[in-house]
Amino acid sequence: MFSFKRIYAILLRHLYLLKHSFSRWVDLVYWPTVDLLLWGFITIYLHRSGHTDLNLPSLFLGALIFWNILSRAQQGLAVGFLEDIWARNLLHLFVSPLSIVEYILGLIMYSLLKALISAVVMGILSVYLFNFNFFEQGMGIIYLTLGLLIFAWSVGLLTMAFVLYFGQEAEILAWALGLLFLPFSAVFYPVSSLPESFQMIAKVVPPSYFFEAFRALILGRELKTDLLYSGYLLNLVYIFFSCLAFILAFQRAKKEGKIVKIGE
Amino acid sequence: MPILTVKALYKSFRSKEVLKGISFSLNPGEILGIIGPNGAGKSTLLYILMGIITPDSGEIFYFGKNFFSNRAKILQRIGFASHYVSLPYSLTVMENLKVFAHLYGVKGAERRIEELLELFLLKEKKNSITRALSSGEMMRLNLVRALLANPNILLLDEPTAGLDPDYVRYVGKILKEKSERENLTIILTSHQLGELERLATNLLLLRDGMILDFGALEDLYVRYQVNNLEDLYFKIFGHVLL
Repeated sequence: MFSFKRIYAILLRHLYLLKHSFSRWVDLVYWPTVDLLLWGFITIYLHRSGHTDLNLPSLFLGALIFWNILSRAQQGLAVGFLEDIWARNLLHLFVSPLSIVEYILGLIMYSLLKALISAVVMGILSVYLFNFNFFEQGMGIIYLTLGLLIFAWSVGLLTMAFVLYFGQEAEILAWALGLLFLPFSAVFYPVSSLPESFQMIAKVVPPSYFFEAFRALILGRELKTDLLYSGYLLNLVYIFFSCLAFILAFQRAKKEGKIVKIGE
Repeated sequence: MPILTVKALYKSFRSKEVLKGISFSLNPGEILGIIGPNGAGKSTLLYILMGIITPDSGEIFYFGKNFFSNRAKILQRIGFASHYVSLPYSLTVMENLKVFAHLYGVKGAERRIEELLELFLLKEKKNSITRALSSGEMMRLNLVRALLANPNILLLDEPTAGLDPDYVRYVGKILKEKSERENLTIILTSHQLGELERLATNLLLLRDGMILDFGALEDLYVRYQVNNLEDLYFKIFGHVLL
C-alpha cells in the first residue's frame, strides 16, 4: 500500500530545497521568461512582415509553453533524483519504509509543481505581452498536457535508470535526453516539414502527435482525437519500458551496492 | 524469541566473496558490536541488514517475520545512522528532521524532534542550515534522525567517529540507557574498542566475510583468557603493523 505521508515527505524535501535556493528559482522562472520574450518578439516580427497568414504568436507561444511543461516535468523527475544523489540522501531514504514507487510518485508531484509554475508564469506573460491566452483552448489543453507529462516522466525515469546503471557520468542525460527528442517532436513545425527519414522517427515519438494535435486545435479549432489516441498509445509503450528499465537498474544497483556508494 | 535472526548470508561483488555464510541471532535489548579488520565485511553486513544491498542468498528475520517480504513494516521499526552519510546540507536541521518524521509517520513529530534535539545537545542548532554543522554535530543529528520513530532496533555504522571524547561517552551513555530502559536492540560497528567495550553485550568477530566467533562479551573474555576487548581483538586478529 502507498503511504501519502511518505509521498508528501519526498515532495516536502524538494520544496525545502527550492525554498533555500535562489538559483533554482532562476531556473524555474527566469529561463522560461527569456524564452517566451525571445520567441514572442520573433513571431510578432515575422507576422508583421507579412510572410505568412498563420497565427504565428499563438502557434509558437503555445508550442513553447507545452515544450516547457514537458522539459520541466522531465527535469523535475531526473534532476530531483540527482539532487538526492548529490546530497547522498538516497541511502537515508531507502533505509526508511519508503518504497521506490512512493519515491517516484513524490518526485512526480514535485515535477508537476515545477511544470505548473513555469506554465503559469509563461501563460500570464503571454496574455499581457502577446495577447495570447494559452488556457483559453479548452479541454484540449488538459489532454495535450497530460500526454506530454506522461512522456516527460517516461524520459525522466529512463534518465534515472541510466544514472543508476552507468553512474554519475550519465547525469548529463538529465538535460540532454529530453532535447534528443526535440527535433523529432515537431514542436514548432509540422511533421511533414521534416526529411523523410526524420518523419519515420517522428512517428514513434509521442510528442509529435500532441504537437500536431495542438496545431490543429489552434488553426482549425478542432481536437483531433486520432492524434491523441496515437500519442497516448505510444506513451503507454514508453512508460512501460521506462518503468522496466528503472526497476531493473534499481535492483541491479542494490545487488552491486551502488545505492550506498553513489554520490561519493 | 530473537528479535533478529540471520541465516546463511552470502554476498559477493563481482568475483570477490564478501560474506561467506553469516548466521547469528539477537535478543531484544542486546547490543551487538561487530568488529573485524578493514574489509572484513562489517559495513556490507550492516547494509544488507538494512535492505539497501541485496544478498546473493540467505534469510533475515526481524520480529519473526521475513525481512524481504515485509520490508516497509520492518523498516518502520528500525533506525539507522552512519558516520559516513550526512543529511542534505541545504536544508535546516528542523526541515531535515520533519522530512524524516513524515517518512516514518511519526506522531507528535515537533515534540519528538525537540525532545531528541535536547537530548543530543542540538537544540540551539535546530534552525541552522545543516551544512554549518561540525562533523560531530552531524553525527548527533544522524542519531536524532535514527531515533525519531522510536525504533526497536538501531543499526549504527561508526556512530561515534568524529565525536570529541566527551561526546563519545555522552552518546554511549544515552544509547546504553535507551537499550536498558526501552529494550532497544543495537547493532553497531566501530573501530573504537573502548567505546564498544562499554556498550556491547555481545560481539560478532568478523574476518574475510566469515564469523570467527560470536557470543556474550564476558563469555568471549573467558574463552580467550583475556580481560579487555583490546587484548581480545589482537589475540584473534593479530597485529598487522607490529
